[in-house]
Amino acid sequence: MRDKVLEVKNLTMHYTTRKGPVYAVDDVSFYVGRGESVGLVGESGCGKTSIAISLLKLLPDNAEILSGQILLDGVDLVPLSEDEMRRFRWRRISMVFQAAMNALNPVYTVEEQIIEAMQQHMPHLSDEEMHARVDQLFELVGLDPAFKNQYPHQYSGGMRQRAVIAMALSCEPDLIIADEPTTALDVIVQDQLLKRIREIQEQLNMAMIYISHDIAVIAEVSDRVGVMYAGHLVEMASTEAIFHHPVHPYTMGLMSAFPSIVGPKRELTTLPGEPPDLLNPPPGCRFHPRCHYATSICREKTPEFVEYEEDHYVACWHPGGEG
Amino acid sequence: MRDEILVDIQHLSKLYPVETGFFTRTNLFVHAVSDLNLQIYRGESVGLVGESGCGKTTTGKLLVRLIDPTEGKIAFHAEDGVVDVATLRGKALKRFRRNVQMIFQDPYESLNPRMTIYDTVAEPLDVQGIGTLPEREERVAELLETVGLTPASSFMFRYPHELSGGQRQRVAIARALVVEPTFVVADEPTSMLDVSVRTGVMQLMQELADKLGVTYLYITHDLAVARYMCQRIAVMYLGKMVELAETEELLHHPQHPYTRALLSAVPVPDPTYKRKPMEIKGGISKPINPPPRCRFYERCPIADDFCRDNDHPPLEDKGGNHFVACYKV
Repeated sequence: MRDKVLEVKNLTMHYTTRKGPVYAVDDVSFYVGRGESVGLVGESGCGKTSIAISLLKLLPDNAEILSGQILLDGVDLVPLSEDEMRRFRWRRISMVFQAAMNALNPVYTVEEQIIEAMQQHMPHLSDEEMHARVDQLFELVGLDPAFKNQYPHQYSGGMRQRAVIAMALSCEPDLIIADEPTTALDVIVQDQLLKRIREIQEQLNMAMIYISHDIAVIAEVSDRVGVMYAGHLVEMASTEAIFHHPVHPYTMGLMSAFPSIVGPKRELTTLPGEPPDLLNPPPGCRFHPRCHYATSICREKTPEFVEYEEDHYVACWHPGGEG
Repeated sequence: MRDEILVDIQHLSKLYPVETGFFTRTNLFVHAVSDLNLQIYRGESVGLVGESGCGKTTTGKLLVRLIDPTEGKIAFHAEDGVVDVATLRGKALKRFRRNVQMIFQDPYESLNPRMTIYDTVAEPLDVQGIGTLPEREERVAELLETVGLTPASSFMFRYPHELSGGQRQRVAIARALVVEPTFVVADEPTSMLDVSVRTGVMQLMQELADKLGVTYLYITHDLAVARYMCQRIAVMYLGKMVELAETEELLHHPQHPYTRALLSAVPVPDPTYKRKPMEIKGGISKPINPPPRCRFYERCPIADDFCRDNDHPPLEDKGGNHFVACYKV
């Protein structure tokens, strides 16, 4: 088994709302190998962003990690205080958010913001080293260093997202979490950026968790893929296996519902119904009301997330639709 | 059926002035839609694709007369004769709206939160003065069932916030179809929906097209969705239509360099598929007082001096109803 940078064990977190607790992440376990890119895919409200903010412990006031471990190189982040956590963010784990405009401060130049992060987390660098590093980072993400003294509003959407990635890379983290970094971009810009992200990740041998609702994007950037549904991780395997031999009925449904512009035009199938309300999830397997293969056990007991084939995990009573 | 023209768009343009200052009269215009020509046939579904800012939504709004064109004609062939959408006023405009409806992208924004589902769907009937109250109720109930909101009685008196995104979009579709329009402009109707719900809405729209004979202009940035929804696809770039062809022909034999770049950039949900990358230069800009030459010139990998010195190329049939606006193909 490969060297693991991150190991998440039985992570459960909830949000307290006026209507009751919402278990956005429920008993989720997975790992990320060193230098590996793991895709997390799922629909809105399935808990993928909640996992991301749990890993960084950037939780809003009404959210709480109830149980489980987040092991970063063997150190559990869950019991750490805010002060202790600060040493890990940026330096060990950093994050790229979806809305790049909101992630940048409009009154500072892009260079100033990147340097600020480095001053906090890499104080051993001299000023000259930091400026030189900004140039390197700009080139790494495909931005002309001549733009470094400009303000975020002078950048286009694609440039801003590149700047945010440069910032996330500034302190050489072991793990970067990218939450829908290209979702707001047009397809040609998205394509350029995806290629660059993949190159950087391989070149720096950095581990990455790439979160997206778009399975086509996930196919492009991931070595392994985890599929989430209603707060549960339901299937996780190599990208190849997830796309060519999915065994969870939800993954199978997603794959045949997703249109593609290449290959013969095949019939798209529809998953009946809608994702459940997490305030009041169905008992047993949360997917059972929409599943073709559901039987009585699916309605009563939640299936465990177990190894189905080597390194192919699934939480289903009837993987592949078999009894 | 395919030969009967429903909408005939001739030299359609829309220019927006660029705000410069309070007292200065601006000479700068964004050419959002520029000299667009397109014939939409009765019963077909035409896709309008392109990146953000290419003018596809502006075109949609012009066709339903939510905004007035700067130049050009839109001949709409209604049952009772041909009308020019660009100059309609008063009663004639109201009658036109009975034939033409629009579905918007965001079902969280397009439904009035204070109106029940019944009121929302019945409002167009009220505006157009169609039917008596019991007839309207019956019609709305029937339509809610048709769009998959069953049983209708359990949805009629709920409010939008009680519905999921997919259900709301179904309400928006019901509202657009309640007056039995012949032509519907659908502006990214599925882009806000999750995959598992999206396919259902796409299939619903197709079923309704077959059943009610609705003609769609389907605006989308997603070529994969357009493939499933449309018989023909028109590609727009900075206000100009650059290519128009039957869907499979366009996807398999794209000719315009922009279409080729766009297609090569679409991610494919198959990790073993290797895309052939095509590099184009730079990023999209705004067409503010653009030079008369080809709009794609600055980014084009095959442009030469001829492209620089001549006007934007006309859209020409390159055989088999495959129209391309490029000197180099």
